[in-house]
Amino acid sequence: MLTRRIIPCLDVKAGRVVKGVSFINHRDAGDPVELAAGYDAAGADELVFYDITASSDERNIMVDVVERVARQVFIPLTVGGGIRTVDDMYRMLRAGADKVSINTAAVQNPDLIKDGAHRFGSQCIVVSMDARRVNAPGESPRWQIFTHTGRDPRPTGLDAIEWAIRSVELGAGELVINSMDADGTKAGYDNALLSAISERVAVPVIASGGAGEPAHLLTALHAGKADAVLAASIFHFGNYSVADVKNYLAAQGVPVRRTAGVQ
Amino acid sequence: MIAVINYGAGNLPNAVRALEHVGADLYVTSQAADLRRARAVVLPGVGATADTMRSLAELDLIDTIRSVVGAGVPFLGICVGMQVLAETSTEFGEHSCLGLVPGTVRRFSGSLKIPQIGWNQVQHTEHPLWTDIPDQSEFYFVHSYYVDTPQPELVIGQTTYGQTFPSAIARNNLTAVQFHPEKSGRWGLQLLHNWVHRIAA
Repeated sequence: MLTRRIIPCLDVKAGRVVKGVSFINHRDAGDPVELAAGYDAAGADELVFYDITASSDERNIMVDVVERVARQVFIPLTVGGGIRTVDDMYRMLRAGADKVSINTAAVQNPDLIKDGAHRFGSQCIVVSMDARRVNAPGESPRWQIFTHTGRDPRPTGLDAIEWAIRSVELGAGELVINSMDADGTKAGYDNALLSAISERVAVPVIASGGAGEPAHLLTALHAGKADAVLAASIFHFGNYSVADVKNYLAAQGVPVRRTAGVQ
Repeated sequence: MIAVINYGAGNLPNAVRALEHVGADLYVTSQAADLRRARAVVLPGVGATADTMRSLAELDLIDTIRSVVGAGVPFLGICVGMQVLAETSTEFGEHSCLGLVPGTVRRFSGSLKIPQIGWNQVQHTEHPLWTDIPDQSEFYFVHSYYVDTPQPELVIGQTTYGQTFPSAIARNNLTAVQFHPEKSGRWGLQLLHNWVHRIAA
């Protein structure tokens, strides 16, 4: 049976992991290779590296990070942040990424999804989207896509469900659905958003934003109908290991990959 | 040395990294002459069978691969590198493949999400490829199609995604897996180690 994936997400700035450095006792707490190896050993099914670097000079550092991680860690690796062209995708895939994740650039230029899928295959192209609830209280739920969510969120006018469907039509192989309302709250994912999209697309949907405890991952997989869960702070701050979360999910009947420490 | 065929497959660099990690002495090549002098051959792959067959034809490697396999050289196919071993494929219109394994490449049917992306269990049949790997261990899959073979005796690994399909096959010097061992963590590396040091040695 296909297992549900647990995917830690690491933010990288100028070649260093800037969040999530306290979850395990490392010689070099910000070293991406050590952290990736640590998460692999802990049972992570996949890793996402998100480049939050501002300048293009520092982007070349990310290529080096991906190369170094890919030589040591043999689980799927997705790279996002700053990928705006098919050539950017190629650089990351050649360096060892298995997938690239695009967000704002896909909204600004939807053909980037199509061109990337055509050149590298849909399995390489992850479209990540940031959605916020925009319906008035009492109305049925609606979500809008925002871009530039790091610094100054900009509304796009795009309906989240329609954008998800369009992304898949253009060739996205997976979708990461990040709830701006839930992100950072540690109060759980926006399961209504997740299920609304998961029911309408045929590709895997990855939940993002809001996880604070293992039960939140369970409800994203059940009520949210997500195929995988992306999480950052729940793992980074050492409250729960990947193995803790997997053992909890397994006890609740969710199929998870067994690794060392996961029964 | 082991020749890894370069025909533009996206997972070539990661397959090479993983093979090197388990101690394979290898070279990457697109040349028929290099395949003929290899001790063993790996055909990696991601994507569609039609594109893969077209690329192999453009490089004039199809007859070479058939003769190398026919001559008993250990051969490992990964993902699409497994699928093209079949006789035919139905992906993007029916077309012929290498014809080294009886069967047809078919798309998953039913209401499941396609492609299958993620870690799924492989049920083993006794074979040196599985040395030191627990039965039902998970491997990483990314695919929409699988090899449907009429010869169950070729199947050394089975996986269930809506239906049960061959996730590993072997016959004499030929070994092939539908999943990506180069991305399957500890057990994927063990499998490559087994192939390099027990089967291709």
